[in-house]
Amino acid sequence: MRTFFIPLIILGLFTAPLTKAQTKVTGLVTDLKGHPLHGVGITLLGTYDGTITDSTGQFAFVTLEKGDKIVEAKIMGYTIKQEKVVLGTASNALINLHFELREEVSELKAVSVTAGSFAAGDKKRAATVLSALDMYTTGGANADVTASIKTLPGAQQVGEQEGLFVRGGEGYETKQYIDGMVVNNPYYASSPGIAARGRFAPSLFKGNVFSTGGYSAIYGQALSSVLLLESVDLPEKSEVSASITSVFLGAGTQQLTKNKKASYGFNYGYTNLTPYFALLSQKPDYFMVPQFQTADANFRVKTKNGGMIKYYSTFGTNQLGIRNADIDSLNLKDAFQLKNINWYNNITWRENLGKGWKLNAGFSFAINNDKIHQQLQDANNHSVVIGMPILDAKSFQLNNQQSYTQFRAVFEKKLTGLNVIRMGTDYWYNHQNLRYNNYTSIINNHYNAYFAEADVHVTNGLAAKIGGRAEYASLIQSWNIAPRLALALKTGKHAQMSAAYGIFFQTPENNYFIQYSEKLPQLNYMKATHYLVNYIKTTNLQTFRIEAYYKQYQQLVKTIPDTSTNGYGFAKGIELFWRDKKTFKNFDYWISYSYLNTERNYLNYPQTLQPGYTTPHTFNLVTKKFITSLKTGFNFTYTFATGRPYYNIQSVNTPPKYVLADEGKTPAYHNLGFSLNYLPNLGKPNAKTYVVWVVSVTNLLNNTQTFGYNYSANGMNKVAIHPPIKQFFFIGCFLSWGVDRSQDAINNNL
Amino acid sequence: MKKIFILFISMMVLKANAQNGKYETAMASTLQEFGQVKDANSLAAVELKFERIANVEKDKWQPYYYAALIKAQLSFMQAGNSDALADEASELANKAVAIQNNSELSCVKSMIATAKMLVDPQNRWMQYNAESNHYLEMAKQQDSTNPRPYTIQANNLINTPEQLGGGCKTALPLAQKASALYVEFKPANAFNPVWGKEMVEQIISKCR
Repeated sequence: MRTFFIPLIILGLFTAPLTKAQTKVTGLVTDLKGHPLHGVGITLLGTYDGTITDSTGQFAFVTLEKGDKIVEAKIMGYTIKQEKVVLGTASNALINLHFELREEVSELKAVSVTAGSFAAGDKKRAATVLSALDMYTTGGANADVTASIKTLPGAQQVGEQEGLFVRGGEGYETKQYIDGMVVNNPYYASSPGIAARGRFAPSLFKGNVFSTGGYSAIYGQALSSVLLLESVDLPEKSEVSASITSVFLGAGTQQLTKNKKASYGFNYGYTNLTPYFALLSQKPDYFMVPQFQTADANFRVKTKNGGMIKYYSTFGTNQLGIRNADIDSLNLKDAFQLKNINWYNNITWRENLGKGWKLNAGFSFAINNDKIHQQLQDANNHSVVIGMPILDAKSFQLNNQQSYTQFRAVFEKKLTGLNVIRMGTDYWYNHQNLRYNNYTSIINNHYNAYFAEADVHVTNGLAAKIGGRAEYASLIQSWNIAPRLALALKTGKHAQMSAAYGIFFQTPENNYFIQYSEKLPQLNYMKATHYLVNYIKTTNLQTFRIEAYYKQYQQLVKTIPDTSTNGYGFAKGIELFWRDKKTFKNFDYWISYSYLNTERNYLNYPQTLQPGYTTPHTFNLVTKKFITSLKTGFNFTYTFATGRPYYNIQSVNTPPKYVLADEGKTPAYHNLGFSLNYLPNLGKPNAKTYVVWVVSVTNLLNNTQTFGYNYSANGMNKVAIHPPIKQFFFIGCFLSWGVDRSQDAINNNL
Repeated sequence: MKKIFILFISMMVLKANAQNGKYETAMASTLQEFGQVKDANSLAAVELKFERIANVEKDKWQPYYYAALIKAQLSFMQAGNSDALADEASELANKAVAIQNNSELSCVKSMIATAKMLVDPQNRWMQYNAESNHYLEMAKQQDSTNPRPYTIQANNLINTPEQLGGGCKTALPLAQKASALYVEFKPANAFNPVWGKEMVEQIISKCR
């Protein structure tokens, strides 16, 4: 060890001459690499004596204590170190110590594996991407989780059907999970050509992770993406709420027990678009105006060991009936009618089992019934039979009943530092009873999965997540093994790089298992291999992220010449994200850009094609500005996407095959969404009622949005797919008593 | 932007009335040092002194109180480290509460909650603002003659925009209430906190 000269400045502090009884303790504190540590507290244990290290890591103090003592060096983020000293002996009037402190691997400093994902709501890290409040204040998103997520890179702007279409994947390739439990029908049922809203309000969740690839082995059966939603625990206070809007009415309560150990709540909402359409001159031909009823209940209780049990149940019905011009004839119409009943239940239990073990267990049960009736009608809206199979097949009755049951248990063991191992099992049971006219099909699928994963933190600057998943679906009758690997490397104070690799399997959708003949279709798991690398730089107020990926698809479903899993494809791209709350005062904005290059040969594609729901370039600009003097927030979202390809894939009889009869590209997509939040009682300390007014408009510029084209069977008639309602206007008043929700908005001003 | 309000707590230098004990001498000199600190570095050094005294004097809440108070101040001042510092402050405050739960400690707990809130107001407002107010109310109940809960509240409000219920209109009556309480307030112990008078006088003169 080198001898260090004590700077005179420190010696100068001690003007009194050393006497025999005094001991002077000096020294140096460094990290393991020899870098001096500033601000380390030095304590002679059991006494008042001690000091703090200076900017060169050196310290000195004088003590009158005698005998065997311990000197301790302590600073946040490093392991404490102690040295024994003998004080008060003449031979030992000056003691020199060198402390080498080891940096602790801490959650705050350590890199986290972020490849592929956008996380929000992690309390330990301040920088969140899309909080629940963000979802409520994204212009044009109408407080819909999916609509808000679509402003992040990776998601396509698909407006004609629900779902998150991520990086060249279909909507059903993204799975939503609530507290680890999969949600099979996260959207309201809708008619073809309309994207329905999600069933779950953003306020149900305290956190969300949108992963566009390379996600953990804990999650399976999602080929392209997962949206992980984490439900809120206990509310801060009891409250009663009501909402009166142009399209729905709602009321609810959330009660926190006096001991603050449990809570329960109920909500009811009724949506009816009749008054809305009555005001508009132009409207779709609804013979049954969309109506929704939803009721939900929840119960949450803390357990003795700091765990929690949560139960959430939501029941919803919705119906609609819409007439569209029939594409294969001149004066006929297709009258489509839908009734849906959905009941979703989710019970989760999180518990500390002691000795570093944790349990996350869950049970969910859901039913979903769709009754669809379509009728071919004449100009006077009367049912007709034409005598041509191609037209008469448009009158049908479809009754689809499904039930879903899931059990799940994940055990987690915390090892030293931040190292964690997790293992668990999933069991899903899906029963479907599908009745199409007089034909009945019953499908049962038992799905088992076992998974294990380890988080390895080598240092604060290097971490890995290594996992694997084994799955068996009774419909497929074989096992698959899906390895996952992700690495993260810290490259600067706020910057890190991550990389991920993984294989992802998903059982094909149930409709491909419908038995049309004696033989059950022999299908395999659809398979995707993800490779991705990203760079993130993030501070409290700014986030920059760039990610590049390559995905290979295998075993996709082909429907010609027979149903098989011989399809294949790829997707590659680069995505950028920038969020900034810092540069402009009281102004928050984010920009996202996605470049996507993807092709598939699947379903009835006669060749490899760019799928019709994809486009190469997507751009989003989201802005939020709160003007305190007006107590109002103004939010705009502008989305631009290049045109999407469309195809007319026709079957020809001789020889029997499918051909690409026509193709083209839709015009580019523009959408400017706006919303305004007005908080009239903001800052009134004695206000008993908390009020938020919301005004929102989608497609403010009234652009024509074309999502594709439908072709008549003979290919002669081509009809553009537009949103049924070009612009949607909304005004609503949200009231609550008990908790000041309007305080949410203050954040922008602090 | 976040308006981080730093509490400049100027200490009234205590006149140790013939207290020659080791504890009294150490406290008096450390308090004096606390009153003269100019920057975060020396504040951290003073904090450590209080912590060392606290760890020896297991039956006295005051040294832990000052250590927690300074840690909370450091949390306001050191943006990148606020969360960890507030957590440490909270630990120290809890140690003091274990010795004696009183109005002054509730004040510190309120300040710690505010520090936690300011790290990420958008997502933490609901939880920590409620917690901060809860401890202020608790402080008032524990000792209705203590001017500091009103001082902290007035300071919070003077740093909140007027449209959001802050500003002079709401801060001034609380500052005046605190000011009146300072006239009567007599610390029960020579080392009990006495800070805050200048702070409310500043608010009063600003709002006049």
